[in-house]
Amino acid sequence: MRNRPVRPAGTSRVASVMNAANGLAVTRPRPARRPVVPSAVLAVLVLVAAEAMFFAGLTSAFLVGKAGAGPLLWPPLDQPRLPVATTAVNTLVLLASGVALAIGQRAFARGRARSARRAVTLSLGLGVAFVVVQGSEWVRLVGYGLTMTSSTFGSFFYLLVGAHALHAVGALVALGWLARSLRQGHGSRDVLGAVGAFWYFVVGLWPVLYVLVYVW
Amino acid sequence: MALTVDAEHTVPARRRGAPASHDGHRGAPAAHGGHHGPTSFWSTYVFSTDHKVIGLQYMFTGMVMALIGGFMAYAFRMQLAFPDQPVPGFGLVTPNVYNSLVTNHGAIMIFWVAMPMLIAGFGNFLIPLMIGCDDMVFPRLNRLSYQLFFVSAIVLLASFVVPGGGFGGAWTSYPPLSSSGTFNHTPWGAPLWLAAVAIEFIAFLLGGINFITTAMNARAPGMRMWDIPMVVWMIVIASILFMASAGPLIAGAIMLLLDQVAGTHFFTPAAGGDPLLWQHLFWFFGHPEVYVVLLPAMGIVAEVITVHARKKLFAYKTILYTTAGTAAFSFVVWAHHQFVAGIDPRMANLFTITTLLISIPIGEMLFCYIATLWGGSIEFKTSMLFGVAFLAEFLLGGVTGIFLGASAVDVYLHDTYFVVAHFHYTFVPIAIIAVFAGIYHWYPKMFGRLMDETLGKIHFWGTIIGFNTIFLPLFVTGAAGDHRRIYSYQHFQQLATDGLQSLRVVATVGMLIMLLAQTAFIVNFVRSLVRGAPAAANPWRANTLEWAAPSPPPHGNFAEMPTVYRGPYEYSVPGRTEDYWPQNVPA
Ligand code: HEM
Ligand SMILES: [Cu+2]
Repeated sequence: MRNRPVRPAGTSRVASVMNAANGLAVTRPRPARRPVVPSAVLAVLVLVAAEAMFFAGLTSAFLVGKAGAGPLLWPPLDQPRLPVATTAVNTLVLLASGVALAIGQRAFARGRARSARRAVTLSLGLGVAFVVVQGSEWVRLVGYGLTMTSSTFGSFFYLLVGAHALHAVGALVALGWLARSLRQGHGSRDVLGAVGAFWYFVVGLWPVLYVLVYVW
Repeated sequence: MALTVDAEHTVPARRRGAPASHDGHRGAPAAHGGHHGPTSFWSTYVFSTDHKVIGLQYMFTGMVMALIGGFMAYAFRMQLAFPDQPVPGFGLVTPNVYNSLVTNHGAIMIFWVAMPMLIAGFGNFLIPLMIGCDDMVFPRLNRLSYQLFFVSAIVLLASFVVPGGGFGGAWTSYPPLSSSGTFNHTPWGAPLWLAAVAIEFIAFLLGGINFITTAMNARAPGMRMWDIPMVVWMIVIASILFMASAGPLIAGAIMLLLDQVAGTHFFTPAAGGDPLLWQHLFWFFGHPEVYVVLLPAMGIVAEVITVHARKKLFAYKTILYTTAGTAAFSFVVWAHHQFVAGIDPRMANLFTITTLLISIPIGEMLFCYIATLWGGSIEFKTSMLFGVAFLAEFLLGGVTGIFLGASAVDVYLHDTYFVVAHFHYTFVPIAIIAVFAGIYHWYPKMFGRLMDETLGKIHFWGTIIGFNTIFLPLFVTGAAGDHRRIYSYQHFQQLATDGLQSLRVVATVGMLIMLLAQTAFIVNFVRSLVRGAPAAANPWRANTLEWAAPSPPPHGNFAEMPTVYRGPYEYSVPGRTEDYWPQNVPA
């Protein structure tokens, strides 16, 4: 009973045509596979996708909050304005850091370990500079009375910029670790690609946040 | 369980069988350290990096949480049937306690039962075995994932015993009720609850990264895209869906946590916040989440019914494309949960249309499964009973969803027991029935022993009869106007009728039947561990690769890493003497 073969039509014409096309029933020699994207890079890319959705959630919340508040409350009249110009320069610093890392990655791929190492260190330095300047701007803003609880504007400001800053700090730790392993001569292309993918995300996200929060 | 550490064969095996996962090592130099550790009890069962052990850890944690969640249901259903009488074994259910019970019942069943069992439990156990490699690509990340999950469960349980008691603002946690201790009277319970959910999400994000990377990069030689068993595809697609939808909810959760503990007002209207914003962030996650749990369940059922009907899965590619399409489409139906929340009626029309549209692919998938059964040589093992029951019961849940998707109908039915019955006819088939189908099906692989069929059938019928006795009456009470989240209907004259009350009692009796039936499962599960008949490597004569490994598979899984020659569903192929054709057997 259990071995009774199902009538061939049991899978329907559509399905059997499809299955023949898929090679599900036909046996052909099977090639060995190579991954299209190395595992470490793929893992970071998946993480970046999730992070992108996280920031999409934050920014859409920000837009809803801003639309609900109206121009007079954004920022409220008694609250300080944001340092648009300083941050513009700082944005360029961060972008430069991203470019430096890209240069390092290329150099590494071409086997020029020394210039790769230098470029990664430069990228790290520029990234740290960005975070330090951001931090000092925060200290000034808090001094002027813009805090997390002073207004919805303040809450959203620190939420968005703070979330980005945390990501930047985390990515810089990874960059520092990468720079160290390059100096010790055991960096790999995959690790460079993985750390790079995350840092490009942090760098690329910032101009979007800058325009949304500071300019627009 | 003979999960021995065997460093000797692991390394060459990995090179032969899973070149890609080996490749992944360079990306994670620290990974896989656990392979060479000592073989003490702790390193083998508690701090193991073996995917099978981690999968079972998730599963056992999920089962314990299911018992806790079930006990909560017992307490509040008893209160609804016999209002204001002390519940045996629990005590008096006051309004606050009632709210806390319902809230945490829902949260536990979704986040600490359905997710860990379906995605993390089966995903961890099955993916490496079914794609023919020896472990996940990032085993240590995997272990960290479980450890975080465990912490989240502890944080949640701790939230019941803090001053003020557990959070009672519903599993959807709408502000302003949830955003301030002044409103919800649980100044500790609410933030802890939220923190538990957040930690849990991070755990599943780590797990998801592993699942996707492993399934893409570590498959056995010869296993092409269309040779991947459906359950692996479904878990991977569910992971992608989870990764894509969790972000906005985590964003919202951080904002809500800041409202609760840092004095911000993101969601408080009086101070410039917007409570509707939370609803959007929540349901933008919440609706895809139902597919996150549905898909692995559909995958499990696909494996079970093809094996026990000896039939090829009908329209493999169609099911796969439909799954991916539905997953993407599930991002644009979320506002059907907010029809009465004050959204623009034109928006409501749009979301009605998308909601009705999304039932088409779901229906199509069910038809494909029924076509798989059609003409098969069906053998009703316990797992098959559960598998077929999944299709029948889920159908009811899906169909009633269409009623609710029509905004005109939903204005009346929203937040009634009709909705409660709807989503239990979806979630119970998913998180209970399909999970049992999977457990009965893979138990021999997990533990090397067979479960008892008689006890299994008693368990099956008790569960199914109990389940329908609970929720069929609730469609009626809901349509008659029973609002959910009410701790005693005696306070509402129109609802305190004898007719409605007797239906509520019937539902509670059903709950007792269903809970009681689980003792058959627990006895069967534990007894079979020691006394069950030893299982051969392939007791169901199935095709997929996990059955090529010994039962239970040792550390490293396969004695010889398999090569794949064909798709996973070559059953009853005409012209062959055997009615199955394992993927790893050369032609
Ligand atoms: C995948 C299986 C499904 C699951 C797990 C599921 C789960 C749920 C849950 C948990 C709720 C209630 C949320 C709450 O308010 O607490 C719900 C409500 C709803 N579901 Fe489903 N559902 C599923 C399928 C469907 C389908 C196929 C449709 C329509 C085509 C649908 C339409 C709705 C609607 C419109 C509501 C809102 C009802 C209201 O609150 O007034 N669902 N569902
Ligand atoms: Cu929904």
